[in-house]
Amino acid sequence: MTGRMIGVDVGGTFTDIFVLDEATGAARVAKVPTTRPDQSGGVLAGIGRAVDGASGVSTVVHGTTAATNALLERKGARIGLITTEGFRDVLEMRRRDRRRTWGLRGDFDPVVPRDRRLEVPERVLADGTIRQPVDLDAVRAAARTLLEDGCTAVALIFVNAYANPANEAAAVAAVRAVWPNPHVSASSEILPEIREFERTSTTALNAYLQPEVAGYLHRLETALRDGGFGGEFLIVQSNGGVMAVDTACRLPVRTALSGPAAGVIAAGYIAETAGFPNVVTGDVGGTSFDVSLIADGHTALAAQTSIDFGMVVRTPMIEITTIGAGGGSIAWVDKGGLLNIGPQSAGSDPGPVAYGRGNDRPTVTDANVVLGRIDPDRPIGGALDRLDVDAAARAIDAHVGAPLGLDTTVAAEAILRVANARMAGAIRLVSIERGFDPKHFSFMPFGGGGALHAAALIAECGLARAIVPRYPGVTSALGCVIADMRQDFVQTVNARLDSVSETDLGTVIQRHVDAGLALLDASGVRFAARDVMVGFDMAYLGQTHTVAVPVPVAVADGTVTPPTKAAIGAAFDTVYRAAYGRLLDNGVRRVLNLRTGVIGRRPKFDLGTLAPASDAVVADALRGRRRVYMAGAWHDTAIYDRLALPVDAMITGPAILDQPDTTILIEPGTAGRVDRFGNLILEAREASAS
Amino acid sequence: MADRPANTGSVPDIDPVTLAVLAGRMEQIADEMDATLFRSAFNPIIAEAHDASHGLYDATTGDTLVQGKSGLPIFVGVMAFAVKAVIDKAAGDGDLADGDVFIFNDAHIGGTHLSDMRLVRPYFRDGALFCYLASVGHWHDVGGAVPGNYNPSATDVFQEALVLPPVRLVRAGTLQQDIVDILLRNTRLPQSAQGDLNGQLGALDLGVKRLDALLDDYGADTVSAALAALGNRAEALIRSEIATLPDGRWTAEDFLDNDGIDGAALPIRVALEVRGDRLTLDFAGTAPVARGPVNIARPTAIACCYVAIKHIFPALPANAGVMRPVDIRIPDECLLSAPFPAPTGGYTETILRMIDVVFAAAAQAVPDRIVANAYGTINALSIAGRRADGSPWVMFSFYGGGHGGSSESDGLNHGNAPISTATIPPAEILEAAYPVLFRQWALRPDSAGAGAHRGGLGAVYEIEVLEERAQAFLFGERGRFAPKGIAGGGDAAVNRFVYETGTGWAAPPLVSKMVGIPLMRGQRVRLETPGGGGYGPPNRRTAARVARDVRLGYLSPDQATAFYGAAWQETHE
Repeated sequence: MTGRMIGVDVGGTFTDIFVLDEATGAARVAKVPTTRPDQSGGVLAGIGRAVDGASGVSTVVHGTTAATNALLERKGARIGLITTEGFRDVLEMRRRDRRRTWGLRGDFDPVVPRDRRLEVPERVLADGTIRQPVDLDAVRAAARTLLEDGCTAVALIFVNAYANPANEAAAVAAVRAVWPNPHVSASSEILPEIREFERTSTTALNAYLQPEVAGYLHRLETALRDGGFGGEFLIVQSNGGVMAVDTACRLPVRTALSGPAAGVIAAGYIAETAGFPNVVTGDVGGTSFDVSLIADGHTALAAQTSIDFGMVVRTPMIEITTIGAGGGSIAWVDKGGLLNIGPQSAGSDPGPVAYGRGNDRPTVTDANVVLGRIDPDRPIGGALDRLDVDAAARAIDAHVGAPLGLDTTVAAEAILRVANARMAGAIRLVSIERGFDPKHFSFMPFGGGGALHAAALIAECGLARAIVPRYPGVTSALGCVIADMRQDFVQTVNARLDSVSETDLGTVIQRHVDAGLALLDASGVRFAARDVMVGFDMAYLGQTHTVAVPVPVAVADGTVTPPTKAAIGAAFDTVYRAAYGRLLDNGVRRVLNLRTGVIGRRPKFDLGTLAPASDAVVADALRGRRRVYMAGAWHDTAIYDRLALPVDAMITGPAILDQPDTTILIEPGTAGRVDRFGNLILEAREASAS
Repeated sequence: MADRPANTGSVPDIDPVTLAVLAGRMEQIADEMDATLFRSAFNPIIAEAHDASHGLYDATTGDTLVQGKSGLPIFVGVMAFAVKAVIDKAAGDGDLADGDVFIFNDAHIGGTHLSDMRLVRPYFRDGALFCYLASVGHWHDVGGAVPGNYNPSATDVFQEALVLPPVRLVRAGTLQQDIVDILLRNTRLPQSAQGDLNGQLGALDLGVKRLDALLDDYGADTVSAALAALGNRAEALIRSEIATLPDGRWTAEDFLDNDGIDGAALPIRVALEVRGDRLTLDFAGTAPVARGPVNIARPTAIACCYVAIKHIFPALPANAGVMRPVDIRIPDECLLSAPFPAPTGGYTETILRMIDVVFAAAAQAVPDRIVANAYGTINALSIAGRRADGSPWVMFSFYGGGHGGSSESDGLNHGNAPISTATIPPAEILEAAYPVLFRQWALRPDSAGAGAHRGGLGAVYEIEVLEERAQAFLFGERGRFAPKGIAGGGDAAVNRFVYETGTGWAAPPLVSKMVGIPLMRGQRVRLETPGGGGYGPPNRRTAARVARDVRLGYLSPDQATAFYGAAWQETHE
């Protein structure tokens, strides 16, 4: 079935739509305001604006922040938790951490209060031995108590269930028999991995999200179907892959970081297609700068993240590092006289001073406005008619210029220099932590604000170049259309490699592959290929931190040939040596977890279809000139319509390229070239000339 | 030697924008050094608990110029002493060279305890000494009587670990293998030690590379000027903070249960005095040097004051300028200035109590800006034995407790110690690694100090031994003297440790410390940790909050009525 594929990404301010006509390759983008609290209004309005009717749509792929918002705003369901006797406080005790290193203030309310965390008699030992069978009468009584208390979902977590799920599974079956809805989350189904707090938190947060997310997705799907939509409806997961709606309703916790994940997937694909497989992505949002690193085409996956203090989600997700330096971040001078940016932010509401919505403290965006880098007459997104340059200048004078003895222009540039330095710091640290040198990487800004800072960041970090994608403001929506379907599975093994049974490993991998392929089949989606990726978390005996060891595994017609211990050992040695430089003499190798990813490769579309028209000429793209402050001086600066520039157009700085969803700043000393996919490749001028 | 103008007053001016950018760049050099070691260390105490730190230090005074944000809080402030020790050593030898790296762990010179291995490297620019780089990390084992070096019955440092004074590990770029050989022969875990050593050398190499690039970009004069300006601004910042405190003098005292050898309580006393923008902390009246390992060296005590001050003013930078308007007075040869070779292995307990008394004194001046006492002991509990196959096992961990209430909120339940950011291993990891079973891993009801904002709850850990025989060792505190409330808030419950014997439960004669507790298969130990102190009078807590605490089981009905009156019984939340 061909037709139109639609990617929908819901952000804090805007809902972005990317439409691809599979037959003609034509692409369209649309941006509508995000609706709250129910995002489905904005999603449907956006789709309505982008296509005439839903009947010709083959696929809708949705990146949603419904789960993220429900967690951050604590708007999940009233839920209960059933666990092993002696362990009901695990969720509240966390891993004995605290909110901030310095200050010692603040407390913590878990999503399940203590009186709705019930204990039942049962115990499994770490080796899987059942020391005490589960008391199913107690389980049923606990379920009844929670129901009478008004709970609409329940989580079950038994200690050591990763090693033997029998007790937990029996309890789950007993609860499901009496529970009036499908919202029963079991730790051994969601995360059969050692570490009870992380498993408890992930399972409890899943239950907390189930009624909310399932309700939202069903509302949305029903509305789409009512509008004549008869295609596939898919949801983006935090791991950058998509899943079917029913999987998302069962495992909503896997969508906790769905939005940014799709953007990173798109960035990786665009950069690799353009010939640059090493890329650092940077999303400048209202309150934050999000950085992700893709090395040799591979996106880094983090094992877990904290949505907020104490709210740990352990499920593979695109690794994204966030610092509090976005367009809305507030510039201030501390009592010692030092200029700081953030972490306080005006966000998008009230937003920068120039928005005129009541904030009077200067932000990064205000500095860009005062220096002429943002056109005050054409604010991005179209929600405002005009930006108030004078108000922004007054705020910068009062809060930065006066305390530091700087005039408005210098103070505004100071704000940007400090903000750029902080963003550059995040890029450097992400590179260093993974052992890479930034000079081998390209920078890809996406989101509305990134392209204003790209030139400064490549200079500051020594990055090779910046790649500004054709539609940076809708990168995440484009990523929805590109993303593969992916299911991740984990099973804790926790044994010395020499005592592991290859047959047992094969059994577990086969179980994962069977489950993954069944989900691919059930989704009804067309796939260009199906892949299985197997990896082990391994360490030497005595070490608690592990390295991720990918091991090739053959799967023919759905049948797994398990890897040999020799192959696993050799793979570990390679990874360990790369990470630490040397192997340990006489070290005993240990396998902690087995991870399987089952991937359905979705057909990719030709990014070349996004390229500008072949008859375009540079002169036609010139829209005018205005004074812009860059590199310490005001420049009479050419303003181009970015989307009207032809392939191979070369624009040397100073220049500004405008498009509806972003502004690209080409500073003096840099130049931008349009590649054959419509990307803008920004480099230092001597480099681009060669 | 150095011609760099460090804190000498004759500082060239630097524009505020360059300063702000350079402040971030230099902080990042230290952060990147942290990241390099965390990634490459073998030992989980560094790799996972981040018990390490890196920074840049003044060429002549050793003062902290910049320090990484991710390292352990207590190292912020103590590293300057390590660098000064090397400066003194090099001045004596008179042959400091580019490419030298010094190494030592002597806690009486460099602070903290012997497990912390310090590496210090001079940084030269154009042939002149510019500053020092340093790296400290907690090694897994440095010899001594007890694996892991936490020996509660030590009466001198020689029973705690190998003691290494500052020596050259690298001489003008050439690694001195003799030193490495000595180190690796004096540890039970040579592979771990080798991995940590390599990681720390790697972090210093990275710091040199990054500093080179920074000085290439900005020039040595500008960076010097920025470093001096940052010190001055840190000083201005803390002066402006101190100036917001009322003038006056407030005293507080608290006690350690005992020193692990003798039973007597050990007082720690402080007088906190504010005059304008200056602050004095005077510890006169504190106990003399102890026989057991709860002593600390003077550098540790001074660094601890810095930790306490930074918890009160969290925005302060890690820069020696912060300490210029702070006068710290510690009597000679007391518990807080113990001379070599007094044992210092349990330094954590003593500095936690120092922080408690500083908070208690400051709370009398500005109660709304202070947090009540946290649980105040790290409870180093180890259980060791042999498996059926004869192989030895040692489970060693620190346990959590409650944080104090504050003007903003109740205290945090089950937090980590204020001197650390380390997390606790999960019960499942411990059960998988050792023959133990946790019968209970829970919050401890009735452990929080009462108050308008009560303290956080402590925890209960009940551990059953699954092998034939084992022994338990406990190094704890707060068994006799409870964490204190502030501003009218109540005290928390004391630490409680009991163990099973053939005839029932027993408690250690020294309450919170004991070695060699014999355990048989099926017998248990039970540790109940303190909560945090309360903030504000309990009668200002709403009846609804008290009723909620009772409903959630944080508080028993009897205690609720005893602390808060009976009004909660009539309340619907």
